Amino acid sequence: MIEGARWRRWVFFYVPLSGFIVALLFPFYWMAVTTVRPDRELYRPWMAPNYTPFWTLHPTLDHIRDLLTGTLFSTWMLNTLFISITATLISLFCGLLAGYALSRLKFPFAGSLGTLIFVTYLVPQTLLFIPLADIIRNFHLGDSPWSLILTYPTFLIPFCTWLLMGYFKAIPKELEECARIDGATRWKAMVYIIFPIAVPGILSAGIFAFTLSWNEFIYALVFLSSPDEKTVPVGVTSELIRGDVFFWGELMAGALFGSIPVAMIYSFFVEYYVAGLTGSVKG
Amino acid sequence: MAQVLIRSLNKTFEEAHVVKNVNLEIRDKEFMVLVGPSGCGKTTTLRMVAGLESITSGQVLIGDTVVNELSPMDRDIAMVFQNYALYPHMSVYDNMAFGLKMRKFDRAEIGKRVQEAAEILGIGDYLQRKPRQLSGGQRQRVALGRAIVRHPEVFLFDEPLSNLDAKLRVQMRVELKKLHDRLGTTAIYVTHDQVEAMTLGDRVVVMKDGAVQQVGEPLELYNAPANRFVAGFIGSPAMNFASVQLSAANGALHAAREGLDIEVPRPIADRLGRHRGAEVTMGIRPEDLRVAAPSDPDGLCFEAAVEVVERLGSEILLDLHVGGETMVAAVEPTLRAKRGDRLRLAVNPDRLHFFDRASEAAI
Repeated sequence: MIEGARWRRWVFFYVPLSGFIVALLFPFYWMAVTTVRPDRELYRPWMAPNYTPFWTLHPTLDHIRDLLTGTLFSTWMLNTLFISITATLISLFCGLLAGYALSRLKFPFAGSLGTLIFVTYLVPQTLLFIPLADIIRNFHLGDSPWSLILTYPTFLIPFCTWLLMGYFKAIPKELEECARIDGATRWKAMVYIIFPIAVPGILSAGIFAFTLSWNEFIYALVFLSSPDEKTVPVGVTSELIRGDVFFWGELMAGALFGSIPVAMIYSFFVEYYVAGLTGSVKG
Repeated sequence: MAQVLIRSLNKTFEEAHVVKNVNLEIRDKEFMVLVGPSGCGKTTTLRMVAGLESITSGQVLIGDTVVNELSPMDRDIAMVFQNYALYPHMSVYDNMAFGLKMRKFDRAEIGKRVQEAAEILGIGDYLQRKPRQLSGGQRQRVALGRAIVRHPEVFLFDEPLSNLDAKLRVQMRVELKKLHDRLGTTAIYVTHDQVEAMTLGDRVVVMKDGAVQQVGEPLELYNAPANRFVAGFIGSPAMNFASVQLSAANGALHAAREGLDIEVPRPIADRLGRHRGAEVTMGIRPEDLRVAAPSDPDGLCFEAAVEVVERLGSEILLDLHVGGETMVAAVEPTLRAKRGDRLRLAVNPDRLHFFDRASEAAI
């Protein structure tokens, strides 16, 4: 090791990295601590002599019990799961076909169509929910999971299409040509050759789409009104803030449990996910 | 029977006319090589035969069938690509079996054919590996294996050796030749390497700017190039060209320029009759030049200054300065020469080539 390298590594690598890790993980820690903190500690003033904001000596599961028994949290979880998975599957299916077509087939205005799809992704949700609300009302879908399953693809499909289009373009054209000479139709070449190679891209598009739907707030807030139809982000914030009273323990328990599925999916597929975003196709 | 007939084939991409009126007859069991510089339309021609590129006008026949409108899978061809195009997610076995599976062969037959091909190519030990675990040469063999298991009517090769290093390329070239001798399948092979073309081809097609320049057996192209382009493209090092004035003197035809005055031998002179007095391009291959002996007649000799000496071991290449032109001569490896020497060189008079200045066609 070269002279002075040790302190350099500390100053330029370990210290900044620790800073980032603390900054990123602290909210989760705060959620966890608040979840198990008894109410009498939660509302203790900061100048009290036994004020301990960063830990608790009397952990309790009361808030979690309240959340699971006193609210419809498990229903919200199931709602969110159903809506996210269905919307993701629809978007992935459309995105796969659209991405393939835009990257491989020659047809008039293919380029401008691709750009157009991307532009729709840029329309902010905060504007789009107004016309969408009208459509949902006309189709009498309000207050049902389908109002979200059918509106989430408005931003998920452009996203999946673009991600997959880039991925398909990185797959050498010869593979498909070879498959077609080998006796595969275009459809079979797609299913047996292109899609298996594109698995990392498809997985990362799926993970992203799932996360976006899981965390989506505005559409869920606008289109759903009865408590037993709500999703986790909306349910937790609307049912656990009553008037100006914040039920911090239950809120944090809800947020913590709400982020577990996403965290699990990410940790399972992290390798595919990285490969998908960096677009590496190994020959 | 699988001869391939190409009739008045044309291809245009928007404005660019990349294949111009190509007519070829590739005989049954023949190994035909298309060779030319990059962008000469050879790959596009091959891809039109494969069905990967639409045909603008003209016809392609495989056997007796016009295949213009047939999809690639229905043409009974197999193609080997430059980048191998192995399916990265499949094992070597599955790569080779894919085409048979798609054609609904039964398992036992697939297994038999893959084993047979693996044996021919010496890849039996890697059947369960994935392509990324193989070296370049092994991948190339798998790509070949994938083509031969299908027993197609025609093999198409698109520069299959150009991704290999020089040594392996020579080795695979020999194996390809053996493979063709063994299988006897009609093959069309595209390359930009004239050595590959000369060594592999039963016949060779030289293309330039989308048009066929000459079709013939390798030695025919070497000995009697149809035009200046073919003459310069075939043979290594390339043929020397010099523009000369043809004139009659002392009852013989002389091709002369500054520093050079060659007496053209009778049979060639007869052909040149029409161009007497005109300026033409003379071509001499480096291997047709040698250091002159005192007995060599002056009419076949000229003086040159040595500029560069390249010792290759089996021969010496001399870069020579002849009256304002540079020429290359391949001479005996025993010659002792150094930069600045003046040498007297003799030409092999029977192997002089002459080309028209305007049309560049051989005279």
